[in-house]
Amino acid sequence: MSGVLDRRRRQRAAPRSARAAVPVVLTDRYSPVSRKVLVRVIGYGLLALGTILYLGPFLVQLATSFKTDADAVANPVALWPSPVSTAAWAVVAGDNPAYSVPVFRWLGNSFFVTVSVTLGRLIIDSLCGYALARLRFRGRAVVFAGVVAVLAVPGVVLLIPKFLVLNELGMFDSYAGMILPLFCDAVGILLMKTAFEAVPTELDEAARIDGAGVFRTFWSVILPLVRPALVTVTILSFQGSWNEFTHFLVATSDPDLATLNLGIARLTAGDLQGSQQFPLKLALATLSTIPIAIVYVFFSRYFMRSGNATGLK
Amino acid sequence: MTATVTRDTSAGRTRPVRRRPVSGHRLQERRAGWLFVAPAVVVLVVFLFAPMIMAAWVSLLDWNGQSSPFSGEAEFVGLSNYQNLLAEAGLLRGDFMLSVRNTLYYVLFNVTGVVVLSFVLALAVNSYVLRGRSFFRTILYFPAITSSVAISVLFLFLFQGAGVVNVVLSWVGVDGPTWFTDPRGVLHLALSWFGVDGAPGALADTTVGGLSLWNWLSGPSVAMCTLIMLTIWTTSGTYMLFFLVGLQDVPVELEEAAAIDGASAWQRFRYLTLPLMRRHITLVITLALIGSWQVFDQVFILSQGGPAKTTLTPAYISYVRSFGDGQFGVGAAVAFVLFAIIIVLTLIQRWVGRERRA
Repeated sequence: MSGVLDRRRRQRAAPRSARAAVPVVLTDRYSPVSRKVLVRVIGYGLLALGTILYLGPFLVQLATSFKTDADAVANPVALWPSPVSTAAWAVVAGDNPAYSVPVFRWLGNSFFVTVSVTLGRLIIDSLCGYALARLRFRGRAVVFAGVVAVLAVPGVVLLIPKFLVLNELGMFDSYAGMILPLFCDAVGILLMKTAFEAVPTELDEAARIDGAGVFRTFWSVILPLVRPALVTVTILSFQGSWNEFTHFLVATSDPDLATLNLGIARLTAGDLQGSQQFPLKLALATLSTIPIAIVYVFFSRYFMRSGNATGLK
Repeated sequence: MTATVTRDTSAGRTRPVRRRPVSGHRLQERRAGWLFVAPAVVVLVVFLFAPMIMAAWVSLLDWNGQSSPFSGEAEFVGLSNYQNLLAEAGLLRGDFMLSVRNTLYYVLFNVTGVVVLSFVLALAVNSYVLRGRSFFRTILYFPAITSSVAISVLFLFLFQGAGVVNVVLSWVGVDGPTWFTDPRGVLHLALSWFGVDGAPGALADTTVGGLSLWNWLSGPSVAMCTLIMLTIWTTSGTYMLFFLVGLQDVPVELEEAAAIDGASAWQRFRYLTLPLMRRHITLVITLALIGSWQVFDQVFILSQGGPAKTTLTPAYISYVRSFGDGQFGVGAAVAFVLFAIIIVLTLIQRWVGRERRA
């Protein structure tokens, strides 16, 4: 995980001179020794504090999910539960007949919706991105402007509009109503467009001379060349739709259609009063974080790429 | 964009003239173009542009969510939803003005906090003296990709009366507040330390939008502060990356030249790095501003607008009025006013940013 950004810097610095191979230690070179030590102490101190503040809450979350209700209230900070209790996870796993939370239903819905949205976005984003980047047709500028305009529309403003259209189309409380509206993904389209623009046009011409049609050129020649962008779109839409909350909140009322996030939110907002069952709630929160954490550990550079690949900067 | 334009002119005009066009190829491409964008266009039009127009219509109705708003059964009330929201004294305007006040403070503290923090973090992980930079980057970005729901549940636990935060505060001798139930504004609290407990006459008597100036000047409530901290915590990783991209583009040659000329680290930062980062700072402020006005998920889970309506936000009013009380016309009107606020603020922000650059 050496980081795209580091590599970029190194590449840019490379042609300067032979010295570029040595890491640039700029802040230190012209400073007295005491200053060097100070800079390092402050830097590492800051990063250590950052690590505690940014990672600590997740450790507390995980630890608390293995506590008893009483222990969670009495010792909220303790990172080692005593006694260790799997009661919360037993409820999550459906092993507690006295208290049932339809976690598997929620999980199933989350996975189904997430996979469907991701597949849909891959198809729609790459087709649209390809057309915007490489095909000449009248109205392309208008479509592009429309896609960019989507970026400017604040999502929260769309709560009621989305409910209205789902209601009119008879798609309220249906998987279609949960999935289809999430297909419009301006960031993904722009990401694919940027990636397609980086592929040399000569390849199109070569394919055309070999007798390939537009679709075949797209599918067999160009698309395999933008695999990194496809991976980025996959990961971003997996993350986005797994974490989505407001859209499902207004698109459904049937508890059977609740995703994991929606289930947790309803459960939590239902009894606001303080301390009850925090181990259970935090076990559920942990459960919803696990898939994202796994994907993140393996693909963090793709997450980090998203910000600048869309050309926002 | 420039790349597209040049390709357009060279590929679209010059080439077919010079070279014998492959028969029907241009036509095929034209058809394929529309075919390729069709799915995206359909989704955009059906689930975005059309609904916006529908909502604009609904905001002019007194519609309770039953039957269809387009059947003519719902009463057409013109602009009265907007009037009740903005002009006429009443519960709705009171709530809305409170929500605007709350959000103004939320935006102010959140944007300031997140810009400063993410810039500092970016400087730290960009510093070439430190090892393990990408490890720290990975950790700092992690909260940004987790779900708002899970994070809100976690914060409910952390900020309880006898929760993690207050226990940690007690270690350093600070008696933490009961975060989620404390409606006192922090500016009012700060003033009370100086013995100012009530509103001075002029501030209590002058009202703007049905809210006294004293109330406008409350600062974010203690409960709102937890929301602010939550947002700063989750979004600083993203903005750190934006800043990092900018910092990596600051030419090493320039920094070295300045250093050789005897500029101190602070001077290099102040007169070199900061001006070069202006564009990125403007972008981050814009994005944070747009994001802040939309705060919803966290309010839904953490506070539901309480205590004493001090975490009420326009987005939450829009949702509760519509889906809770069945007043979709009012909810839609709130959504459009919010939309207008965001657009105006963005334009002002862009304009200010441009002004400085010139």
